[in-house]
Amino acid sequence: MSMLHIVNKSAYEKDSLKSCISHAVSGASILMIEDGIYSAIKNTSASSMVESAMKDVSVYVLGPDLKARGISEDKVIDGISVVDYAGFVELSTKNDVVQSWL
Amino acid sequence: MATVKKFLYVNRKAPYGTIYAWESLEVVLIGAAFDQDCALAFVDDGVFQLVKGQDTADIGMKNFSPTYSALGDYDINKIYVEKESLEARGLTLDDLQHLVWEDEDEDWAEKDSIKVVTAKELAEIMDQSEIVLSF
Repeated sequence: MSMLHIVNKSAYEKDSLKSCISHAVSGASILMIEDGIYSAIKNTSASSMVESAMKDVSVYVLGPDLKARGISEDKVIDGISVVDYAGFVELSTKNDVVQSWL
Repeated sequence: MATVKKFLYVNRKAPYGTIYAWESLEVVLIGAAFDQDCALAFVDDGVFQLVKGQDTADIGMKNFSPTYSALGDYDINKIYVEKESLEARGLTLDDLQHLVWEDEDEDWAEKDSIKVVTAKELAEIMDQSEIVLSF
């Protein structure tokens, strides 16, 4: 089953993303939303974990949440796709299962 | 003259995901209204509160980040940002708002409010505070 994992917590404060990555199978998708978007920034204490996960899974980040927090797209790790709300819906529908890592 | 104490507001949460950042600002302004000696510290995810260019139009929440630039008008000019926290999050001082205050003792010269400090320096600042409020 294709799975969309949604992470809404900062990787510097909670281990939701770490746990999500440990439990995502190859080919899965991870979408960062709300405070989860901070994990998409390059050259951070969390970026190597994300970059390593990107060998097996597709990583997306929600644009409106980046914009709200003042994180410009040029700060985002190369290879992470920025999606809008329509993209969020598309990811939700094209995957069989959605799992939110609260 | 009322008693003036040294207040330190410690901010450790990112904005918008929780209400802490906004609540902290409210309490800071109360402290300032009572003419207390207020200082702010931004540590851990709290450094994200000061990131410039925040635009919440598309998430349906109030953008309270312009409030930080008003702190100087309330004589709040000791804003400490932890260096280690910035670095761990891929940020530099240039990514933050430029916050200033006007020094009435020097003909209202405009001065920077933000000071980047190490964890060790911040420990000293905390140690010298009489009241610490954590958000």
